[in-house]
Amino acid sequence: MNRTTLDLWVGIFVAIGIGALLFLSLKVGNLLSVSSTPGYQLSAAFDNIGGLKLRAPVKAAGVVVGRVEQIRLDPQTYQAVVSMKIDRGFQFTRDTIASILTSGLLGEVYIGLDSGGDTQMLADGARIPKTQSAMVLEKLIGQFMFDKAASGGNGAAAPAGGAPASRSGASPPAASGVPGTAISAGGGK
Amino acid sequence: MSATTLASALRRLGAGTLDSVERLGFAARFSVAVLTHLPAAFRRLQLTLREIYFSGVLSLVIILVSGLFVGMVLALQGYDVLSRYGANESLGILVALSLVRELGPVVAGLLFASRAGSAVTAEIGLMKTTEQLSAMEMMAVDPLARVVAPRFVGGIVSMPLLAALFSTLGVFGAYLVGVRLIGIDSGAFWGNMQAAVDFRYDIFNGFIKSVVFGVAVSAIAVFEGYNARPTAEGVSTATTRTVVASSLSILALDFVLTVFMFRGVGV
Repeated sequence: MNRTTLDLWVGIFVAIGIGALLFLSLKVGNLLSVSSTPGYQLSAAFDNIGGLKLRAPVKAAGVVVGRVEQIRLDPQTYQAVVSMKIDRGFQFTRDTIASILTSGLLGEVYIGLDSGGDTQMLADGARIPKTQSAMVLEKLIGQFMFDKAASGGNGAAAPAGGAPASRSGASPPAASGVPGTAISAGGGK
Repeated sequence: MSATTLASALRRLGAGTLDSVERLGFAARFSVAVLTHLPAAFRRLQLTLREIYFSGVLSLVIILVSGLFVGMVLALQGYDVLSRYGANESLGILVALSLVRELGPVVAGLLFASRAGSAVTAEIGLMKTTEQLSAMEMMAVDPLARVVAPRFVGGIVSMPLLAALFSTLGVFGAYLVGVRLIGIDSGAFWGNMQAAVDFRYDIFNGFIKSVVFGVAVSAIAVFEGYNARPTAEGVSTATTRTVVASSLSILALDFVLTVFMFRGVGV
């Protein structure tokens, strides 16, 4: 193999190798639109962050505007303090509400930002004052069962009726039509 | 009688230990020598280009074909499991993350070790057996600068490019199977992938992995070749040793690197 052919092949190899790296960065990693753009920090304190993880997306109206950078527990207030990096192109008002949401039933947990009508914007490093914690499914179910038992009226049967009621949880609208019968049927079993 | 067998067993144990410690010492001395001769590889660029040709360009076919098939199989298997949970659209995430983070660097590294690493060892070992290395020294040509350094650098340059090509072809294969064959929506496939894959965490870390594997495989390959016993059997042992040692070190290094790179993310 003479020298120029060899150079040509090595050149082709290096070129398509770098091309592959570019493809991975641009097409797979989508480097152009999100991430690694300079951003600013915001933080928010939540009572409960549910299943929020590092690098979880921060979305406004469903559009990814940043990522969660750090999660720590404030030892004084026992609240979770979440720091997030927001892309510089997006500004949020001072009365923005940060809430922890889940996409779908089993989907990823993310932070949703809802801007208000304030004219002043949040600066770098600011704390978002209004937050809404994650909805914990167990608490919701517990609340639901407690309400059911209370509205059922049969006060004595309430603690016993709680457990079987979750078994018939697949058809809550039908059960709510005749709450008394649903609970007494479960309790009588 | 049992005393003599015991004594010989002890003697073998001692000899084996001394042998491996001596090997380790030689390996350390050799690494330092190769590192100091690295600039030589850039002074004799033509030799390095020739090694990139042998270890990189000639490995292209096996890397591209295996990448394509690994991607296609990943798509089929991933679809099979994901469809049970109604998460078909996440196929792009599954394939891209497993390829970019793990399979690309590791499988490309294993293929590179068996395709290019073994060839380098065999070549240097045979040069030593036929006393070409001694002849070079006789002519005041340093074999470390003339033979070893270009092969070392060539391997380090080739490996990350091959790993990137492997991942790219894998993603392309998954696209063919997932979107063209099974019929997942193309927008969901790419969109979910782009939302989940991060440049810094996933692609850059995968790139670092492939560079580390390239250094490990090249270092083991040139060392085993240079250290081979100058017989036909010695060269074959050294070649086998290169493949085994570099495969094991790729897997071990991969674990260590993964612990450091991805510890805080998923867990």
